[in-house]
Amino acid sequence: MATIQNIETRQGTYSGTKVQNHFFSDISVMLGRSMRHIFRSVDTIFTVTITPIAMMLLFVYVFGGAIQTGTGNYVDYLLPGILLIAIASAVAYTAYRLFNDVQKGIIERFRSMPIASSTLLWGHVLTSLVSNAISLAVIILVALIMGFRSSAGILPWLAVVGILTLFTLALTWVAVIAGLAAKTMEGATAFSYPLIFLPFISSAFVPTKSMPFIVRVFAENQPVTAIVNSIRALLAGQPVSNDIWVALAWCVGILVVAYIFAMRAYQKRM
Amino acid sequence: MPNIAIQVKDIQKSYKKLDVLKGVNFSVEQGSIFALLGSNGAGKTTLVKILTTLLKQDKGQAFVNGFDVASQPDLVRQSISLTGQFAAVDELLTGRENLIMIAQLRHLKQPHQVADDLLIRFGLTDAAKRKASTYSGGMRRRLDIAMSLVGAPPIIFLDEPTTGLDPEARIEVWKVVKELADGGVTILLTTQYLDEAEQLADRIAILHEGKIIASGTLAELKKLFPPAKVEYVEKQLTLEEIFLAIIGKKEVA
Repeated sequence: MATIQNIETRQGTYSGTKVQNHFFSDISVMLGRSMRHIFRSVDTIFTVTITPIAMMLLFVYVFGGAIQTGTGNYVDYLLPGILLIAIASAVAYTAYRLFNDVQKGIIERFRSMPIASSTLLWGHVLTSLVSNAISLAVIILVALIMGFRSSAGILPWLAVVGILTLFTLALTWVAVIAGLAAKTMEGATAFSYPLIFLPFISSAFVPTKSMPFIVRVFAENQPVTAIVNSIRALLAGQPVSNDIWVALAWCVGILVVAYIFAMRAYQKRM
Repeated sequence: MPNIAIQVKDIQKSYKKLDVLKGVNFSVEQGSIFALLGSNGAGKTTLVKILTTLLKQDKGQAFVNGFDVASQPDLVRQSISLTGQFAAVDELLTGRENLIMIAQLRHLKQPHQVADDLLIRFGLTDAAKRKASTYSGGMRRRLDIAMSLVGAPPIIFLDEPTTGLDPEARIEVWKVVKELADGGVTILLTTQYLDEAEQLADRIAILHEGKIIASGTLAELKKLFPPAKVEYVEKQLTLEEIFLAIIGKKEVA
């Protein structure tokens, strides 16, 4: 038994430090865990990066010739919508990972440990931000190879990053609700299908002018159009219209409402 | 007088109109193994969830390592670890990564060293670099219990540690639990198997329909019934003994 005693002493005991002191280091442990999940799942990498890139290739080199956008380069026109589709498909995996944690009982292990109870949630949210940043960077890189050019300076680019971050955060908190509330795996991820479809009925692929009246009214008043138009204008170095305020209002609005419901679902789940 | 590690006083809990716990009382001595025996739906898991701060009781008080579970949950969480009913290991991480993760969340100084020590102790060194999803049920349970030992908490809760395991794996877990108690750890385990309580526990409490209907050492519980009649019968092997003999394993004494 001597060896066991040695091990016990080496492991040490708790220092009794406050839970809050470790909040950020705990979240980074959670981030490391989820990032491993992502890089070990071929399926995730495929869906969140390869599929949007394939769609971009398809639209630019197959359909693009027939689409009249009134601007020079179709890849410039298309890129913002592709980025939003990538984010919408990626958040489904946030819901999936959270659902798994709840179902497999690992959430109970974390919750019975001396760490803040929201650590796991924030870990998933941070993972969503980091993994989306990586996949969007890869997609933009491919777009550059395909001829995407932007005349935007540092500030407009920062504004684009800001809008994309807000959009990701908003959808991630929606995903948290789905992951916590779902009874089945399909239920956890189904919420993302309409989100992935939304860009198709917007100005992401074609100008809304070409659409029939009713479709056009919907397209012009749903969040994706305002967000896409703002990003497109920023990247083209053009002045942004009111669209940017509409876009921000949508993102912040969805974010706040989703956050409140997600936290409520989290308390209830516990 | 021995120190009390867990004290439960008149704990009550209901879900909507269903009374799950109707005033449960018991205490667990430091360094002992306490078995909470009961059938499915007796309220065992609910009680464990209350004692591990996952759930709040409606009435009554419970103290774990001297801390009130309702008003001092942080201090309770620093004194315990929970091995839930389903092995709560991260299947996409390797065994070693699972242990390191918990050591980091427990803010230990040498998480890698702690992980390696536990891998040796639980005979998982060879499987350390494999994803936990490739582990057998018994290995997964061992990893699960190893994760609970990270940071050497003085009190460990094991909720049905052998449910769903094959007989071999079950005996492996029993061995681990006994070694832990020998090392001075207090263990509260729940089980629906009579032989498990008999094999492991210093004291046994029978939880039935939300109340403790009997408790004591095995000898004390036996005294509650009339003395055994002495009869001479041919010794029949149990199926478990036959099974283990065939596959060449020795039963733990």
